[in-house]
Amino acid sequence: MTEPTIYEMSVAGRVGMKYPQPDVPLSPLPDDMLRRDLPLPELSELEVVRHFTNLSSKNYSIDGGFYPLGSCTMKYNPKVNEETARIPGFTGTHPLQPIETVQGNLILMYELQNWLAEISGFSAVTLQPAAGAHGEYVGVMIIRAYHRDRGDLKRTKILIPDSAHGTNPATSAMSGYNVVPVPSDARGNVDLEALRTLCTDEIAGLMLTNPNTVGLFDENVLEVINIVHQAGGLVYGDGANFNAVLGIVRPGDLGFDVMHFNLHKTFSTPHGGGGPGSGPVGVVEHLVEFLPGPLVDVIKEGDADDYPLFGFVEPPKSIGRVKSFYGQFGMHVRAYTYISMHGAAGLRAVSEHAVLNANYLLSRVRGKYKLPYDRICMHEFVVEGSWDDAPDIRALDVSKRLMDYNFHPPTNYFPLIVHEALMIEPTETESKQTLDQFADALLKIAEEAHTQPDLLKSAPHNTPIGRLDEVKAAKELVLCCWIPEDIE
Amino acid sequence: MNIPQNLKYEKTDEWAAVDAGKVTIGITDYAQSQLSDIVFLEYLVATGDDIKKGDVIATIESVKAAAEVSSPVSGKVTAVNDDLIQTPEKINTDPYGEAWLVKVEDVDVGDLSSLMDAASYENYCQERGH
Repeated sequence: MTEPTIYEMSVAGRVGMKYPQPDVPLSPLPDDMLRRDLPLPELSELEVVRHFTNLSSKNYSIDGGFYPLGSCTMKYNPKVNEETARIPGFTGTHPLQPIETVQGNLILMYELQNWLAEISGFSAVTLQPAAGAHGEYVGVMIIRAYHRDRGDLKRTKILIPDSAHGTNPATSAMSGYNVVPVPSDARGNVDLEALRTLCTDEIAGLMLTNPNTVGLFDENVLEVINIVHQAGGLVYGDGANFNAVLGIVRPGDLGFDVMHFNLHKTFSTPHGGGGPGSGPVGVVEHLVEFLPGPLVDVIKEGDADDYPLFGFVEPPKSIGRVKSFYGQFGMHVRAYTYISMHGAAGLRAVSEHAVLNANYLLSRVRGKYKLPYDRICMHEFVVEGSWDDAPDIRALDVSKRLMDYNFHPPTNYFPLIVHEALMIEPTETESKQTLDQFADALLKIAEEAHTQPDLLKSAPHNTPIGRLDEVKAAKELVLCCWIPEDIE
Repeated sequence: MNIPQNLKYEKTDEWAAVDAGKVTIGITDYAQSQLSDIVFLEYLVATGDDIKKGDVIATIESVKAAAEVSSPVSGKVTAVNDDLIQTPEKINTDPYGEAWLVKVEDVDVGDLSSLMDAASYENYCQERGH
C-alpha cells in the first residue's frame, strides 16, 4: 500500500501540540519578516509518528535483508560499534578541547592510524578524509605534491584501467589531470602491452582497483606496478575492494604508493544514512611528508611516572588540511571497535569468508548466467543479466524481479566493460542458508526469463510501487511534492 | 541492427557521413541500443571550433550510463544539432537521421581512410558479442 505524503494527510486546524498562554508580554515579529507562503502540514502527534514509522518500515536495509550490492560491501554493522560510539567519554568531547583533556580520543586515533598502516603495509595513515572519494582526491593531491616537489611538472596524465571504480577518473579529472583509459585483456587483467605503450614521462601515476570491479585479482599486479614505477609514475590503490585481501596480502608490500580505505565498507561502519563515511589514506615512506595534517602522534614521551602525551603534528610538506577538525571521529570509534573485536586472525577470516561466499554463489549460478570472465573470483563477481534466447530481457529486469523475491538488487550496469552487468557481492556476514535462498531466486528468475518474460518486464509486483519510469524521472525532475500557488 | 552501407564507422561507435569534403557525425544504432533510454545530451564543442580526431564533442547520458562521443575526424565544426538538447531521445529512435550531432568541414581526408566500412563495422559489433 502506498503511504500518502504528509501534506496529503494534513487536515486544516489539526494540531499536535498545544502551548500554554504566554506569561510574558507578547512581542510580535515584524510583519514584513513573516513568511506566509510555506504552509506546514497539520497533523496530530500520533499521525506523525505513524507516518514516519510506516515509511521507515518500507526501507530496505542490511538489518532487514540480504543486500548484495556489488562494490559497496554491504556487510552487517555489528551493534557493539554503536555501543562504543555512544560511550559518553567520546560523545561528550569537543574537538576544540585542550589535548590534555581528550587523551582517550587521541590514543584511539593514534592506534587506528597504526593499525590501518599495519593491515595495509603502509608507513603512515591520515584519518581526515570524509569518505572514499574524498580519500581518492587526497591521494591524488599527494601524488601531485610529490611530483611538484621534485620539480617534475610535465606529468599531466593519470592512467585508469577500464575495470576501475568510476570515481577514479572523476578524481583524476577533478585534480586537473588528463585521464587516459587502459584496456583490460581477455582474462580481465590490465593489458600489459597497452600499459607499456601508455607509460611515458608524462604520466603522474596509475589508479588501480585490485581486486578490480569484475571481482578479479590482477594476476600481473607486480608487473603492472613495476611498469608504472619504471616510467616514474606512482601507483594509487583504490581500497574500496580491500575486504577481499585483509591479512592475506598488503598493498604496501605489493608496491602501491598510496591507498584509501573505506571504513564504511571494510571496517563495518554504516553506509549512507546510518552515519557519514570515512576514507583514511595510507602512504609509503617517501610520501609521508605530504600527508594532510594534523596527524596524531606522541608529542611527549612517557616515563615511569607519566603516561606519554598524545597530540597533533604537521607533516613538513603537508598538502594541508582536508577536513574540519580531525575527520569523522564517530566512524573511527566504530572501525577501531571492529578491528579490536576481530584481531589479526579474525580479519583474515573476514576476507577468506567474503571470497568463499562469493565463489559459492558464483558456483551456484554458473551455467545459468553468462560469465564474462570465468575465473575464481575474489569477494564479488559479475554476471550478464541477459540471454541470447531471451532477447527482450535486460539486467534491469532481473534486478526488478529480485525485489519480488525480497532481495536488494545487485549493482546494475557497472562495470561498463561487461554487457548488461550484474555485480554481486555477498560479503562474509551472510550464512549459507541466505546465499542459497538468493541463488535459488536467481535461478528461478533465469528460468522465468525464458518461460514468462513478461513477469520480469513488468516487475516488481510485490513492492508498494511498481516499475518506475526512469526516463521520466531523469528528464522531468519534480523535487517538491507541492508548489504553493502564490510563489512566482 | 541497422548499419547503413553508405556511412563510415569509428571503433568508438560513431558514424560519419561524407559528402564532398563535409562530414556529418552521429552515434550508431549499436551505441544507442547499448546505452538504452537516452535522457541527456551536452555538447562540448560549438560552431566554429577546430577539432581533432578523438576530441570529445559531446556527452550523452542514459538511464544506464554516461558516454562520451568523440570525433572520428579532424576539421572545423560548421553546425551542432541544438534541437537534440531538448529531445535527446531522438538518438534512440533515429540515430542516423534526425539525431545527427555535428557537421564538420575542412576535414583531414587521412582520417576518413582509417574508418571502417559497414561490413567491417558489422563484424566488429559481432566480435563484441552483441
